[in-house]
Amino acid sequence: MSQNIVLKKGLNIPIAGAADLRVSKSATPGVVAIQPSDFKGFIPRLLVKEGDRVLAGSPVLADKMHSEIIFASPVSGTVKEVVRGEKRKLLAVLIEDDRKNEYVDFGKIKAGDAAQVKESLLASGLWPFFVQRPYGILANPELTPKAIFVSAFDTAPLAADAQFCFADAVADIQAGINVLSKIAEVHVSLNAGISGDIFSNLSSCTLHSFKADKHPAGNVGVQISHVSPIRKDETVWTISLLGLAAIGKLARTGRYDVSRKVAVCGPASKDASYIQTVPGMPMSEVIPFCNIPVEEVRFISGSVLCGANAGKDGYLGFRDNQITLIREGYDKELLGWIRPVRCKQYSQDHSYFSWLMPKRKYNMDTNLHGGPRAFLMNDGYYAKVLPMDIYPVFLAKACLAGDIDKMEQFGIYEVLPEDLATCEFVDPSKNNIQDMIAQGIDLMLKEMA
Amino acid sequence: MNPIFEKGGKLYWLHSTVDAFETFLHVPGTVTLKGSHVRDAIDLKRILILVVFAAVPAALFGMWNVGYQHSLAMGVSGVNLWSNFWFGFLKVLPLFVVSYVVGLAIEFAACQIRGEEVSEGYLVSGFFIPLIVPVDIPLWMLAIAVAFAVIFGKEVFGGTGMNIWNPALLTRAFLFFAYPNYMSGSNCWIAFNKGETPVADAFTGATPLALDGASAQYGTSFWDLFLGTVPGSVGETSTIAILLGAVLLIWTGIASWKIMVGSVAGALAIAGLAQLTGVSDIPCYMHLVMGGFAFGTVFMATDPVTSCQTETGKWIYGLLIGMLCVIVRLFNPGYAEGMMLAILLCNTLAPLIDHCVVNVHNSRKAKKFKVA
Repeated sequence: MSQNIVLKKGLNIPIAGAADLRVSKSATPGVVAIQPSDFKGFIPRLLVKEGDRVLAGSPVLADKMHSEIIFASPVSGTVKEVVRGEKRKLLAVLIEDDRKNEYVDFGKIKAGDAAQVKESLLASGLWPFFVQRPYGILANPELTPKAIFVSAFDTAPLAADAQFCFADAVADIQAGINVLSKIAEVHVSLNAGISGDIFSNLSSCTLHSFKADKHPAGNVGVQISHVSPIRKDETVWTISLLGLAAIGKLARTGRYDVSRKVAVCGPASKDASYIQTVPGMPMSEVIPFCNIPVEEVRFISGSVLCGANAGKDGYLGFRDNQITLIREGYDKELLGWIRPVRCKQYSQDHSYFSWLMPKRKYNMDTNLHGGPRAFLMNDGYYAKVLPMDIYPVFLAKACLAGDIDKMEQFGIYEVLPEDLATCEFVDPSKNNIQDMIAQGIDLMLKEMA
Repeated sequence: MNPIFEKGGKLYWLHSTVDAFETFLHVPGTVTLKGSHVRDAIDLKRILILVVFAAVPAALFGMWNVGYQHSLAMGVSGVNLWSNFWFGFLKVLPLFVVSYVVGLAIEFAACQIRGEEVSEGYLVSGFFIPLIVPVDIPLWMLAIAVAFAVIFGKEVFGGTGMNIWNPALLTRAFLFFAYPNYMSGSNCWIAFNKGETPVADAFTGATPLALDGASAQYGTSFWDLFLGTVPGSVGETSTIAILLGAVLLIWTGIASWKIMVGSVAGALAIAGLAQLTGVSDIPCYMHLVMGGFAFGTVFMATDPVTSCQTETGKWIYGLLIGMLCVIVRLFNPGYAEGMMLAILLCNTLAPLIDHCVVNVHNSRKAKKFKVA
């Protein structure tokens, strides 16, 4: 166990609307969706047709590249609709829940060797929980990763509290680790700042304790870069606690159970708290949580930094356990930038006076607070919110230029867009840094294939 | 925005200009479309207006000093705070007007051509330019120099954020090499009204007028130079006013203290060495208050676009500027003011310094990986 890796850089965005630690609702939506867009590098192949009956765990989609990777239905019911977009692109498979909670019985996981474990996980539809780095794509079952990394704490703004969400799932998580340790060494990162951490007694894995309370220290990518940075031609897999718990449940009960506690939070939420639900839940389920007219709300599946804008007709992402509600900031602010004091706006920069009120939480909205410009501030301005040993602006510019050599040199293997989200937040030039990195990664995938 | 200014509208050629004024008045109502859904309230307008604020003490003092130097030369005694300031204000105001009108006109046009929003970069450059030129510079020369600097120093590279050299210093460099008679010697540093002839006595008084930048300023006391009651470019004389700005810039993190400290250390090192070896008899600390050193260190060298990006690079860059400045001052009497040349040279070197720093960093990182 590596003790107390200290990360000082980072930024906690003081956004209002943290979820109370209680489950206020058990959402059993009538319809759930399976969305291919939840997974990077996934080209879907449909395995069902409208009207088919499915159980929780029945295969619905498969990957065209690796047909053994399947995506399962989270509930039992019938396939209601296959939603397609332009050029017949598959957008979602909607499944009508029959509320019978019937599960496919996968039996006990064959915990013999790596091949058997992989086979079980693939067959059960839990495989998509794995994220393969570099590039953050679906894990390739043919590879053996250097290691599997898990972050046991989330520092994202208003993130669901892992201690609360998994309080009764520690045994499942341990079972999940036991299973995964057959594939590769499992590394779990803990937050040294949490007293009585429920994960501190996990075994069959290497524990790393991080003394860090600022985002993005809870990002698994940041943790990997301090434990064992990813070099060229190396592969590591990461999995969330959600995934571990689901694998553990599969191992213990033979069921595909991806239900979870989801934090409904954000400045535009009232009664911010947790709901018990399944991935693919329609956002309409959380409309009662909005404290302003629904038209003004942005429904984010995930955190405000790197979640997806699902829209009120969208669905909860497969790997998400947080829904952030936030107001759309279409309003103009008269002489905003020149006012000496702007109490209602947060800035980490000393040009404003937010530093005088460190405890204050802000009702943030989606306003960009400025116009897009070229990079003007230098690298250090961004590096101070990124606890990684890379030069964020150099990397972003290499991605913009599409220069593969430079991207490699500046650490494209180590990052996913989410890791640079704080840099994007603080950027006075309002660049979409995450998008730049994503484009760089797409180029790498294309060129390296 | 009125659709007439949108693409396809009749007045599309005014698009960037209208947008510039609109966003000047209020923070636009645009929302985030990609990536982070919330953003910091900071934008470049805020950052750059703070740089201008930081330079205001130097500018105000400079205006007063223009009047004060005029009074001295005319043999008028007494403080006359307001009359000195008013005289200086009227002399300096046209410089600001020319700087902003010419620079912004080019900037607006260039942004329209590129189809971009007008960037606020020139807000700062336009404020600095009058502060680093002699008050007596003919306005048409200033206009040409500004046009040169903005077009060839900035727009050809792609506008604010893309330039290699500091546009304000480029203006000064252009003037310096194109019209040397107006930029050095003893005639340019004090403003006179038409027909005035200075009183002879004043020349031999407390303020030596045979001024040629730094070398000649040696002779007035440290405190005169520190306060800034000496002739010189409008905003560069008062070290204390510049320090006020430095405090604001460092506190807000806009300018790098590493560059400032590096520059001071570099200057002291070379000047001290020169003093010890007898090359120069100027006390090393005098270099910090003479000429444009303070202004250059605080406002010009720290320009985030043209300085080094990496933290280690900033130290190297700062040190180099300080050292080069003093070297030029000591060994090249023809270019008495070394600061401008030192910074422009280091602007040129900045990407190279960064390149080296980054390469060293990456190779060290690669080695660390191999061991692990």
